[in-house]
Amino acid sequence: MKERLHHLAMGGVVTLVLCFGVALLSAAPAWQSMPENMALLRLSFTHSGDRSASCRDRTPEELAKLPPNMRATQVCDRRRPPIYVELEVDGKVIYAASSPPSGLAGSGPSRLYERLLLPAGPHDLTVRMRDNPASDVFGYEATRKVDLAAGQSFVIDFRKESGFVFE
Amino acid sequence: MTGIRATLKRGFDRLERLLDTLFGSDWNPLANLGPLGWFLFWIVAGTGIYLFIFFDTGVVNAYQSVEWLSGSQWFHAGLARSLHRYASDLLVVIMLVHLVREWSFDRYRGKRWFSWFTGVPVIWFVYMSGITGYWLVWDKLAQYVALTTTELLDALPFFAEPIARNFLTPESLSGRFFTLMVFLHIAIPLLLLLMMWIHIQRIASARTRPPRGLSVLTLVALVIVSFALPAPLQGPADLSTIPARVGLDWFILGLYPVIDLVPPSVIWTGAMLITVLLSGLPWLPPRKEAEAAQVFLDFCNGCARCEDDCPYAAITMVPRSDGAPFPQEAKVDPDRCVACGICMGSCPSSTPFRRSGPLITGIDLPGRTLERVRTEVITAAADLSGPGRVMTIACEHGAAGVPAKGRVILPCVAMAPPSLFDFILSRDLADSVCIAGCAERDCFNRLGGKWTEERIARTRDPRLRNRVSRERLLTLWAGPSERGRLPEALRDFSARVAVLGPVPKKTSLAADDEGTADLGLATKDNPT
Ligand code: HEM
Ligand code: SF4
Ligand code: SF4
Repeated sequence: MKERLHHLAMGGVVTLVLCFGVALLSAAPAWQSMPENMALLRLSFTHSGDRSASCRDRTPEELAKLPPNMRATQVCDRRRPPIYVELEVDGKVIYAASSPPSGLAGSGPSRLYERLLLPAGPHDLTVRMRDNPASDVFGYEATRKVDLAAGQSFVIDFRKESGFVFE
Repeated sequence: MTGIRATLKRGFDRLERLLDTLFGSDWNPLANLGPLGWFLFWIVAGTGIYLFIFFDTGVVNAYQSVEWLSGSQWFHAGLARSLHRYASDLLVVIMLVHLVREWSFDRYRGKRWFSWFTGVPVIWFVYMSGITGYWLVWDKLAQYVALTTTELLDALPFFAEPIARNFLTPESLSGRFFTLMVFLHIAIPLLLLLMMWIHIQRIASARTRPPRGLSVLTLVALVIVSFALPAPLQGPADLSTIPARVGLDWFILGLYPVIDLVPPSVIWTGAMLITVLLSGLPWLPPRKEAEAAQVFLDFCNGCARCEDDCPYAAITMVPRSDGAPFPQEAKVDPDRCVACGICMGSCPSSTPFRRSGPLITGIDLPGRTLERVRTEVITAAADLSGPGRVMTIACEHGAAGVPAKGRVILPCVAMAPPSLFDFILSRDLADSVCIAGCAERDCFNRLGGKWTEERIARTRDPRLRNRVSRERLLTLWAGPSERGRLPEALRDFSARVAVLGPVPKKTSLAADDEGTADLGLATKDNPT
């Protein structure tokens, strides 16, 4: 019995110290996941590349071979072209890449999710996208002056109807 | 590898000896890591269910409800929250130490692979349970966890739409997604429970409950700490900002900084490699194990003692196949038998006294038969002389697991049937027997120490016969780091035995009538 009291006391102290240690490490030290005085810009959207460049008219012979209800005059690749996106910050292009279509057959839209760290403060942002490989003009483009706060999350999204959206 | 293992093993042994003096060997936490893991799981499950009563599962209200229960309801719901958190953290610690300990004690290779192999997914489920839990609080830390986790998951080719897009702006997070997280935080722990249950399926009477004293100490300590350092909240999540600096739970989220710093492809490849490597460890290299135990039906009466005593659930009782008038017979599953010999020590037919014919028992180790053990004992006796002769029956994993004069080393001390001690004394092979096993807190073969104690205390079959004087038996439970203690303990014992004098001749003659260990007779274990 006396031994048990000793075990309760000594074992209790050890267990308590261990549990305190665990509780302390359960919320500290803090982790700085992003440098101070930076803002996070995310460029993220979904958009389908324009397949029209790959389309051609069927020849009359080809059309004749098809059942009457399937005689579409044009054939296009199932595969979509990639989209090409550029982001310019304060006159410098900091992101430029083409995003491949999704899906096994490449028939799905291109999806973009890019994280870019920018120092807090004012910036000129210009974003452009080309979705048709046949042309070299950017079909979509938008510019915005922003003043980013430290730790701010800023998003450039895209909607088919309204073009680029800054949030 | 073997060098690291030996060092770690000695380290554990030393530390555990210290803890023996602080907690007592039965409450030693390092010898109860598996049971403690279960205990902590139940604390986490219980407090989780309680928290759920007060938790609001909506995106907007989740944080408010946690703030409310941590604030004005601190004395019950807040306590439950802190307990839920700290018990999970402690579970991670316990699990990792348990893993290292089982590795260093080499209890995972060969036919003991199953617990190890099924322990690996347990690690994943523990972490996934914790991560989904942090998510639900929907404070700054939750936001960090959500973002980092989804960005990591998006690197896998499984999701059509990047799931990280759910956390782009305050408007993009839908209640549906949050409901999914709540569901996952219930489903994953349930799967964890299933995995934990599978984990112990191949060991007999696995200990899933720590000794009561240790449970009380652990729970009380967790409650005190929960009141003293209540789990913090790090301000509501706000998707228009990025939580650049967060107080991290280093147990559950300790790898998140690595995820921040290393490309996702490296993280996933690393995680997969570690998982595969850990899972394959029992075969890298496999242990060479002695041949499985073998049943000799002519000497088996189907008493099922071996089934009761096998620590690895390797024996089952099956309907009799040889027409003998017993309903059952023992059957060994060679894929599970680690050749510890404990069954041989439990069989009523295992009596070394028999004189005529070869010495066969109901269940025997082909690589180390009872007959051979008897010969070894007789040979070892030749090395003993003088008054107070001590023969040592040692386990190969304990302090006495190195060859010495007058010592017979077995895979486990429980391989020796109590009749062997009787045999040594009544045949005048020695004046006393030292039974030297693993440290008392934990037997390499899980149950060998316990069975030996109970057999010689005459509370478990096969019982030590009454005529064997307890004074002539010394049980010495000591780990490999206590080797130095051995000579002195043996010398002291020998001196005490010398005072007792030789074993009285009368009883030793009477012993020899015990020649029959055959069917029927043997079952009764006729006590004198
Ligand atoms: C929450 C996590 C875990 C719990 C609750 C747990 C629980 C247990 C329990 C209750 C035992 C039986 C102890 C006994 O009765 O002797 C055990 C044994 C064992 N566990 Fe775990 N375990 C966990 C995780 C792991 C992990 C991650 C591994 C390794 C990958 C592992 C490997 C082993 C091994 C090798 C044994 C010994 C089996 C034997 O004696 O043959 N465990 N565990
Ligand atoms: S030797 Fe006997 S007790 Fe040991 S594992 Fe094999 S069957 Fe079980
Ligand atoms: S007689 Fe021996 S082998 Fe047969 S069931 Fe009993 S202990 Fe097992």
